[in-house]
Amino acid sequence: MTLAVRVIPCLDVDAGRVVKGINFQDLRDAGDPVELAKVYDAEGADELTFLDISASHEGRSTTMEIVSATAEQVFIPLTVGGGVAAVADVDRLLRAGADKVAVNTAALHRPALVAEIADRFGNQVLVLSVDARRAAGTASGFEVTTHGGRKSAGIDAVEWAVRAAELGAGEILLNAMDADGTQDGFDLELVTAVRREVSIPVIASGGAGRVEHFPPAVEAGADAVLAATVFHFGTLRIGDVKHALTQAGHPVR
Amino acid sequence: MTAEGSAPKVAVLDYGSGNLRSAVRAVERAGAEVELTSDFDTCLAADGLLVPGVGAFAACMEGLRAVKGDRLIGRRLAGGRPVLGICVGMQILFGRGVEHGVETDGCDEWPGVVERLQAPVVPHMGWNTVEVPEGSTLFAGIEDERFYFVHSYGVREWELVTNNRTRAPLVTWAEHGGDRFVAAVENGPLTATQFHPEKSGDAGAALFRNWVASL
Repeated sequence: MTLAVRVIPCLDVDAGRVVKGINFQDLRDAGDPVELAKVYDAEGADELTFLDISASHEGRSTTMEIVSATAEQVFIPLTVGGGVAAVADVDRLLRAGADKVAVNTAALHRPALVAEIADRFGNQVLVLSVDARRAAGTASGFEVTTHGGRKSAGIDAVEWAVRAAELGAGEILLNAMDADGTQDGFDLELVTAVRREVSIPVIASGGAGRVEHFPPAVEAGADAVLAATVFHFGTLRIGDVKHALTQAGHPVR
Repeated sequence: MTAEGSAPKVAVLDYGSGNLRSAVRAVERAGAEVELTSDFDTCLAADGLLVPGVGAFAACMEGLRAVKGDRLIGRRLAGGRPVLGICVGMQILFGRGVEHGVETDGCDEWPGVVERLQAPVVPHMGWNTVEVPEGSTLFAGIEDERFYFVHSYGVREWELVTNNRTRAPLVTWAEHGGDRFVAAVENGPLTATQFHPEKSGDAGAALFRNWVASL
């Protein structure tokens, strides 16, 4: 009788197509997010996250169609993020078929957006995405970044997570920018620092490379683990990660 | 029971924003003919009525009342017509909800209060097991499966008193962080789940099939 640790694959979607390549054998179209979502679902993914990196308005409209197609065919929770700047964006995504919406930069520019979204739709739909990196001179040792981790937002990462939770965020997607892409493991100190201060669920993201990287993230306090590259390229399968978590004594679905 | 060979008609009550696509498709996959509508007569006439719900209790009750959903549920139940409430659609069936110290009246089909969960991590978000009572038809064949929950409030005490002349409802429980709350209720024509069957993969699909088969 314990909540299962969620294993979440993340797909970068540009104008309705999956950006990073993958090599699943049974996939008809590796660039089709709906096909890929079905594969992840069949492999036991507990949720899916689409990150819309489309630069154009047309691209975003196409992503909306993809969200709808996915919601009609895959019956696990779907989070969509990328470019969400207003309550109206959230409304459109939820109506299209998203269950949760990830907000990042827009909330940094205008924190009231978090409260506006939570008041209208409830805090369970709102995932605050935090791109954090190590920074000397901050209270927690971590700061929030923008522009894919290249620029400092000038705010302490843990303080921001606490404030967003108070404003109504339902969950924190914690992206460790130092660990991202290294495949050397999650930033456990970052997970620990945020877990200690917030009582909403925390998703650890960034740095996963091997199955043994996942249990320590849970032990550091993550309620869920998210990865993109290792799943896309088939380096790891969802089942491998769940097996490793089970072996370490963590409940999975 | 519907006529042999014809798919039961299920109305999904449309009374606010949120993702209703998954619910509509999931019930269709379970073998029903589904219509998403807020039309009172259509909802009253359907073989089954599904009442979804996300967000705040007070906002949901306001939306529900705006389409006379509370009367609709009462009318259906008076005629023994099945209703299935999901998530906040279950919560609004109880007596009242308390959010941030403010009380809001619910539909009061069952006594009880919807209040904040007392657990270290809230919302309760993710896949959890449930304690299913003997004789459940809703959970037939899926008693040991996990279902997807996402909520910060719940019914932590079941208050309906029954005696040996009335058949006690079947109450399914779940636990999170040391707190225990109602996960599902089967009470004659009135059925409800705190979790989201439409987001619970194959287990959720089986639950919908069980419900549609009972229509």
